[in-house]
Amino acid sequence: MSQGSMAQTAPSSAAVNYNMDVVRWGALATVFWGVIGFLVGDVLAWQLAFPALNFDIEYLNFGRLRPLHTSAVIFAFGGNALLATSFYVVQRTCRASLYGGKALPAFVFWGYQLFIVMAAIGYVTGVTQGREYAEPEWFVDLWLTIVWVCYLAVFVGTLLKRREPHIYVANWFYLAFIVTIAMLHLGNNLAIPVSLFGTKSYSMFSGVQDALTQWWYGHNAVGFFLTAGFLGMMYYFIPKRAERPVYSYRLSIIHFWALIFLYIWAGPHHLHYTALPDWAQTLGMTFSIMLWMPSWGGMINGLMTLSGAWDKLRTDPVLRFMVAAVGFYGMSTFEGPVMSIKAVNGLSHYTDWTIGHVHSGALGWVAFVSFGAIYHLIPVLWNRERLYSMRLVSHHFWLGTIGIVLYITSMWVSGIMQGLMWRAYDELGFLQYSFIETVEAMHPYYIIRATGGLLFLLGSFLMVWNVYKTIRGDLRNEAPIGTPATVAAE
Amino acid sequence: MLLKKHHIVEKNVFVLILGIFLTIIIGGIVEIVPLFTMEQTIEKVEGVRPYSPLEQAGRNIYLREGCYNCHSQQIRPFRDEVERYGHYSLAAESMYDHPFQWGSKRTGPDLARVGAKYSNAWHVAHMTDPRSVVPESIMPGYPFLANRALDFDDAKAHLETLKMVGVPYTDEMIEAAKADLYLQASEDAAYDDDFLARYPKAATGDFDGNPQKLTEMDALIAYLQVLGRMVDFTTYNPQMNLR
Repeated sequence: MSQGSMAQTAPSSAAVNYNMDVVRWGALATVFWGVIGFLVGDVLAWQLAFPALNFDIEYLNFGRLRPLHTSAVIFAFGGNALLATSFYVVQRTCRASLYGGKALPAFVFWGYQLFIVMAAIGYVTGVTQGREYAEPEWFVDLWLTIVWVCYLAVFVGTLLKRREPHIYVANWFYLAFIVTIAMLHLGNNLAIPVSLFGTKSYSMFSGVQDALTQWWYGHNAVGFFLTAGFLGMMYYFIPKRAERPVYSYRLSIIHFWALIFLYIWAGPHHLHYTALPDWAQTLGMTFSIMLWMPSWGGMINGLMTLSGAWDKLRTDPVLRFMVAAVGFYGMSTFEGPVMSIKAVNGLSHYTDWTIGHVHSGALGWVAFVSFGAIYHLIPVLWNRERLYSMRLVSHHFWLGTIGIVLYITSMWVSGIMQGLMWRAYDELGFLQYSFIETVEAMHPYYIIRATGGLLFLLGSFLMVWNVYKTIRGDLRNEAPIGTPATVAAE
Repeated sequence: MLLKKHHIVEKNVFVLILGIFLTIIIGGIVEIVPLFTMEQTIEKVEGVRPYSPLEQAGRNIYLREGCYNCHSQQIRPFRDEVERYGHYSLAAESMYDHPFQWGSKRTGPDLARVGAKYSNAWHVAHMTDPRSVVPESIMPGYPFLANRALDFDDAKAHLETLKMVGVPYTDEMIEAAKADLYLQASEDAAYDDDFLARYPKAATGDFDGNPQKLTEMDALIAYLQVLGRMVDFTTYNPQMNLR
């Protein structure tokens, strides 16, 4: 503690000169790309309800905007959240500044932004590999490989400089995320360009082998980008915010190794009943069901860390974001194994149920835990007394939560309904519905979903305002949340 | 027990990285490698051939417009799907697809066997304004495809690249690539035995109603019209291909 206060006044040789520039940029980039990603997503939702909104202009059509949305939220919003928090957490838990001086971390950050911009321009102009979540073409992939190797170097270099004997658990998860994404990225993007001066390439694999390679990548982009990395975030920010130690050290060891081992096998559940050989489908299903256990191991470790501090949920909406995120994580990691069962998947696959499932994870878990981390970090990074307004955080929380509930419930109904309509027979033994009748039936649910998305987007605008005012140094004059006086006043 | 030894991993970055790498590499190896080595992964069928240059150009447009975001190309072996779309999809049918386009969502119907189900004129009308032929459709319109000249004059380079990744294009096919591109969209193709020998069952003739110009619409429809038609299922024996 004395070291910390010394650092405030007169930096001594013992004080660590943390590199927080790149963390500050990353936090702002997270907010910026988040809003872009949510906005494009909601535009897509309205396009599905009202197709005239495509305007039949190639740059605005659903097919080109959808990769823009998925990449903006996963790689731009999620990626910057991981970049910012991993650089923050690894410095704090190692008591060491980032490896590579000022230049290398800055290159990682700006190089990653360039990757995002190149990918986004590609999507809108139709430069794509046509592989879900791996759409960027070969030259963008090569650039990301360079950036990613530098990211690994900064992270590992910082771990090597650490002044703590142990590597903290959050860093295990961040490291697994960085290493695994490197492997997946290289494995899934093997392609040969038609010309060194052109954008087009052809994947080295075809058909069934290509399909499994792609979903080995795709599922583990979920498993390591959107899960392991964000569990790293959880393991630092929840104990920090709740001012409690992690519930169980043993559980964190067991669920870490089990999670990263089992996740890799789960890819084939995206290919149930396809031309993928049955043995691979069954193997994928089996491991997907087993995956439920380590996933809930993480959830339990996150939630139980609150033991003795549950009252803080009433007064601290930032912590509420993180804890609700862990709740959504638990829900979607239960739903996932259920949907990986072949009999269930026969109904759910190709329908909106999958879309709803993804969003309970992406909005509920990934976005909420990121919002929590951002709200925690902004006053720390800019040396402010507190956030501009805790009330706005609370409003953001409820707008977001109601938005998610509308989103996932409407997608449950529309997905299961469409799945059932596709397989419905009339009393004469004919298919009861034409395909287009099942599309027509989706209309009201698409409106509900788009409305839910709109609420979520509006919530993120509150975050932008709150972050802006906090950085400016403004403090909103408001009563603290949860005091009896405010309850009476409202 | 083992947990007590975990401090070794926690104190040594390189042991931790090695442990992570060994843990994550196993699943992929066990699941993916056999797909390349086991012979029965891809069924033995007659008729699957590489795409003609015009079909491949159309396929690239299919990717470019992101059609896979809403259309699958993979019929599952369910009674309702087989009745709605046709015979369930075989691995062999996409063995020359770089990349695969099985899709993951059916906002629109499956397209694995859409070939020859609708006329060229229907496709032009549907692509230009989907709601002119299917009033309830929520598909975006693609009117610009019919106006834009097809840019695939480097067809030869594309076929050569595809050959490098394993598509069995012959030297004859590669030499004729650019000529075949234009030939397929002309009325002569139906009488050109060499072309039909290279690409059996290819749909030929003008596709978009404008014989003066080879457009992106021509290419896309040529691709859609061959989808799912290559295999002759009257000679297919599923019992021989149990996997």
